[in-house]
Amino acid sequence: MPTLSLMPTEFTVVRNEEKCIKCLACVRQCGFEAQQYDAEDDRLYAIDANCVNCQRCVSICPAGALTIYKNPPPLRPHAFWTENHLRNIAKQAETGGVLLTGMGNDQPFPAYFDRLLLNASQVTNPSIDPLREPMELRTYLGRRPEPGAKTRTPLVPIATPIMFSAMSYGSISHEAFASLARAAKEFDTMFNTGEGGLPGDLYEYADHAVVQVASGRFGVHADYLNAGRIVEIKIGQGAKPGIGGHLPGEKITAPVAATRMIPEGTDALSPAPHHDIYSIEDLKQLIFTLKEATRYQKPVSVKVSAVHNVAAIASGIARAGADIIAIDGFRGGTGAAPTMIRDHVGIPIELAIAAVDQRLRDEGIRNQVSLVAAGGFRSSADVVKAIALGADAVYIATAALIALGCHLCQKCYTGKCSWGIATQDPYRSRRLNPEIGAERLYNLLRGWSHEIKEMLGGMGINSIESLRGNRLHLRGVGLNEVELKLLGVKHAGEAM
Amino acid sequence: MMLKEGEYRIPSGCAISGFINRDGRRVNGSAIIQSMALMQERSNGLGGGFAAYGIYPEYQDYYALHLLFEDKLSRNQVEELIKDNFYIEAEDRIPTRHVRSIGKAPLLWRYFVTPRMAKIEESQETEADFMSRLVMRINDSVAGAYVVSSGKNMGAFKGVGYPEDIGEFFRLDEYQAYSWIAHGRFPTNTPGWWGGAHPFTLLDWSVVHNGEISSYGANRRFLEMYGYKMTLQTDTEVVAYAIDLLVRRHGLPLETAARVLAAPFWQEIDRLPAVERELYTHLRVVYGNLLLNGPFSIIVGFSGGFMALNDRIKLRPLVAASCGATLYAASEEAAIREICPDVEKVWYPRGGEPVIGRLEEETQCRLSA
Repeated sequence: MPTLSLMPTEFTVVRNEEKCIKCLACVRQCGFEAQQYDAEDDRLYAIDANCVNCQRCVSICPAGALTIYKNPPPLRPHAFWTENHLRNIAKQAETGGVLLTGMGNDQPFPAYFDRLLLNASQVTNPSIDPLREPMELRTYLGRRPEPGAKTRTPLVPIATPIMFSAMSYGSISHEAFASLARAAKEFDTMFNTGEGGLPGDLYEYADHAVVQVASGRFGVHADYLNAGRIVEIKIGQGAKPGIGGHLPGEKITAPVAATRMIPEGTDALSPAPHHDIYSIEDLKQLIFTLKEATRYQKPVSVKVSAVHNVAAIASGIARAGADIIAIDGFRGGTGAAPTMIRDHVGIPIELAIAAVDQRLRDEGIRNQVSLVAAGGFRSSADVVKAIALGADAVYIATAALIALGCHLCQKCYTGKCSWGIATQDPYRSRRLNPEIGAERLYNLLRGWSHEIKEMLGGMGINSIESLRGNRLHLRGVGLNEVELKLLGVKHAGEAM
Repeated sequence: MMLKEGEYRIPSGCAISGFINRDGRRVNGSAIIQSMALMQERSNGLGGGFAAYGIYPEYQDYYALHLLFEDKLSRNQVEELIKDNFYIEAEDRIPTRHVRSIGKAPLLWRYFVTPRMAKIEESQETEADFMSRLVMRINDSVAGAYVVSSGKNMGAFKGVGYPEDIGEFFRLDEYQAYSWIAHGRFPTNTPGWWGGAHPFTLLDWSVVHNGEISSYGANRRFLEMYGYKMTLQTDTEVVAYAIDLLVRRHGLPLETAARVLAAPFWQEIDRLPAVERELYTHLRVVYGNLLLNGPFSIIVGFSGGFMALNDRIKLRPLVAASCGATLYAASEEAAIREICPDVEKVWYPRGGEPVIGRLEEETQCRLSA
């Protein structure tokens, strides 16, 4: 922090001195050095400028003595020059740098999930009670054979249509990574290694791993590809379509370096494009290179961010031989991205799913590939709506991190995460116990899956495949005609 | 303005009944009418219909097109289309008799036709594909015209009214068939449209259906990928097209197709021996979107047989029975006992377990000779 900032601090830490027992837990646990202790005066105080409002101190304070407020007084209200813009400009005037941020787009763009409502059965068909009748969520991922043909590559079953999205070892701690791996195995779904390879001690979970191959090729080797269940080529990420990644050298500790197969302490730079993919035919070559390397035993997924022409791109990917298409919407999270990119590039996942699903159907190839949606699934209802729009399954990441303790302070790129998630500092990361973390993730999947079953039963169906692409079970509220047409849904109040 | 049926979807409850004489013995329509009349409570007078197999032996090599026209204009348009694509062997008004309870009927015509070879070649399709596309084209693009049935040596008769009155209206006592299936409808809301009644047909397939298919949207969008056009917005249409796709186009045995429409649960599949497990897993993975989810009991008629099927958790009634060479299926046991008091065996098929009756081999040869 420079000595003189022209902006007031964003947050204020308020300590109730009557309640405080001076245990100093907040001082030890604050990842951002906002909580301080002056031993000479035996006094606790806060450097408000450092506070990111991650809520760690508030959550762990045994006396309940801490509260964090958005700093009053606010700037003079201005609907156009909002506080955000003023802060950003001041920050850049001070540093001359690119604005960085973490997690997903936090701007008030429309959330179409909140404009879609689900159907339920009344009289003419009975709703089904999941407590009494079987309710099936099992989903198979991979390429469906043409009628009469044999499958070459085995399809991958998952017990619920929810997987953990790509988060690399390096961007998140070993503890967080291991939590995801354990939970995925226990629930019989998948986690995704991201572009940082799979740490040697976690190969026992590899049969529930989607192993990613990204533009930096970090951690990619034959054993890695063959250990995973699905191989995923990462072309783009919803939080930062069109750009690469940068894991700073400070995060490349010895184990991260070993997993990524790069020297310790060097920056891990993922180029914006794959330098062997400048066109769709190049993608086809990489898909088949990976298939050859895995003897056609692993479905190959291709992940792209949801951009304007995503439907045509997805169709090309299907025709290039991919078994799974993963689409990451503009709400998707990240460990680090330029703020302008995160907040202004890409399109909502709801529209992307609808467009891609319809396009693949128009071309008669929808049944050949699986469609996985990612980027901004906040609840089981969002998942159900995505599947009704046409997805086979979804990837969740932000929700998973919140289950692990994340409070969305959006400072992952600093490596200082107080919750032990987005950090490589062992002092911080050991706060996250992978056993407890896995249990919390398992609970989340369990809760969401139960809710999905309830919603399916209410609609009178007992299998997730009867929901897939079943847009008649959706109705829009407050959407205009273009939006309804793009989503392929009727407006609430319209009959079947 | 209230939309016409076919432009929106109407859920309905129903009665179904059907039987087949596996020895090929042909009987007139009085028995099936009697069976339906017993279940009058299950209908509300807004739709009834029948399909009969073996009724046109003299024209057995011709497609029997049963058509419904709302006005002369649509009839002219369709006749032009028919003349373009077919040789017409015979045509006439479908004979009817006056029944007091039946309101104003549309124009009802039938044509016995055979497609022009040149037209089939031009379309680069098989004869069956050519036929089904033409049927869909008439339903889809000629306002006021609707193809009631289009198979060989079979026909469907349907309209707005109680099934027994519809049977009387169409003089079904004058037709001889080896297999009859029938339907009485209880739509929840409809001004009543003759085309909306069951059975729904495509080529030789005819389907009567009791239930509401909650997976309609998923099924429909899957079938659209294979070129089917849902013109009627009814669940039954989806059933007919699904069976056509699975059995005729993809070559699945009917028994297997039934396991797609009412798929076994994963927990059952997981317990099967390896070979079957692989088969059923494969079927669900490939055809998951054709699973008919929601309550239904259906009877599917086809040349030489019929199949009765329940949804996989049996949310609608279906009873089967046999007596000598005759196999029965109906919504209620009483509907069977009404026409066959000395029934030999009665059973309630489990959810997803198809009841299939076929003409005996020898009979089949005799009938097709």
